[in-house]
Amino acid sequence: MKILTLAQRNAKEILRDPLNLAFGLGFPLVLLLLFSAIQANIPVDLFEIQHITPGLSVFGLSFMTLFTATVISKDRSQALLQRLYTTPVRPIDFILAYTLPMIPISLLQTVICYIAAVILGLDITVGILYAILFILPVSLLYIAMGLLFGSLLNDKQVGGICGAMLTNLSAWLSGIWFDLDLVGDGFRRIAYLLPFVHSVELERAMLLGNFADALPHLVWVLGYDAVLMTMAVLFFLRQIKKQ
Amino acid sequence: MEAIRAINLTKKYKDTLAVDNLNLQVEQGMLLSLLGINGAGKTTTIKMLSCLTQPTEGDALLYGKSILTESMDVKAMIAVSPQETAIAPRLTVRENLELICGVYGFGKNKREARISEMVRLLRLEPIINKMGGKLSGGWQRRLSIAMALISEPKILFLDEPTLGLDVIARSELWDLIRSIKGKVTVILTTHYMEEAEALSDRIAIMKDGRLLICATAEEIKAHAGESSFEKAFINIVREAEK
Repeated sequence: MKILTLAQRNAKEILRDPLNLAFGLGFPLVLLLLFSAIQANIPVDLFEIQHITPGLSVFGLSFMTLFTATVISKDRSQALLQRLYTTPVRPIDFILAYTLPMIPISLLQTVICYIAAVILGLDITVGILYAILFILPVSLLYIAMGLLFGSLLNDKQVGGICGAMLTNLSAWLSGIWFDLDLVGDGFRRIAYLLPFVHSVELERAMLLGNFADALPHLVWVLGYDAVLMTMAVLFFLRQIKKQ
Repeated sequence: MEAIRAINLTKKYKDTLAVDNLNLQVEQGMLLSLLGINGAGKTTTIKMLSCLTQPTEGDALLYGKSILTESMDVKAMIAVSPQETAIAPRLTVRENLELICGVYGFGKNKREARISEMVRLLRLEPIINKMGGKLSGGWQRRLSIAMALISEPKILFLDEPTLGLDVIARSELWDLIRSIKGKVTVILTTHYMEEAEALSDRIAIMKDGRLLICATAEEIKAHAGESSFEKAFINIVREAEK
């Protein structure tokens, strides 16, 4: 009940901001339309709808990091969180309450992205369901980063780090817009040490229903989930103590 | 019955001694004001008593429960209205009140009864469906106090509750505080002498983290040999500087 109450509040705080709705749901759709238009005029393999949609659904999740981090950092800067820390709510309840509402929001964003892709010509296959299902571990990755940055940074820093830097990193190092091999071996190696490209490859493989290809990327994503979520919990607990 | 007992309560921040060996008893239903100039240690004392900050040394018992070892029990019986207005800006006034009922685990019937009581007590009806962030400072402060009172706390901490309020809003808040006196143990911090004198059963004057005196306003005036409470406060604080 306590977790649900706090989770509902966090969801309302995020969804009642029109800018969040515009960027979280609208921006991936705008990109999808843009790449479809490019593809219609200058066909590029990378921008084919079955190739670009999984990437955009992953890229859209970088906004989940921004939303989660923003709501936490704003709560920290205002006295509301201080008030809530004096109520009989356990630290783990706070962490769950910030995490749980982001999961359906992430799913909704992905579903909207795939509906738009189907309208734009993506074949309806069972792979779409797999891709939507396996967006869950990817969304956990981005939510954990939100918890982490929200616990470490103030709301202005969150805007810079999550709004600008992370979205760019997530775009450049994920192989969504360009083939990583084009930049060079060093860049490719760095990208494959980070979770972004593995998230995109996981989604691309799941859309094709190719479990064998998806598995190594899933392992990377789950590994990053575990590491980032542990760090997020530790830093969240640390900021409670710092209050 | 003893509501609060602070035992050698101390808080150090690196080189700063924010609260120095505080020993204090507060009886049930009493309104105690913590009075002091900036940096006296008032807010840090409230933060320790409300389990927000751990003391460096010492302990405090709230209705016999330790802030160190039984913090969840302590949290279940207290409420805090922080210095800054502590509301959720994108929730309506009703939703803010529901939020606090939810974190205290109130069922639907109790939740509705408590919200109705707070709306009546703090006259929130005209703004009940407005967003918290859109309210004026006075209404936000009133909502913040309603959010503290709605959980039916045994002990209520009010950290500078009238800071920034106009004279009418302050007077209304004083009336509210008077109305809960005796039912709830209240610890109030303030910079305003007249507020402490008008509302308090006892007043604790702090300076540099130390408790200088804890007595009634009349006793403090007699101790300082002054007829005005403000002059008595100044005398006591200046005396401590020597």
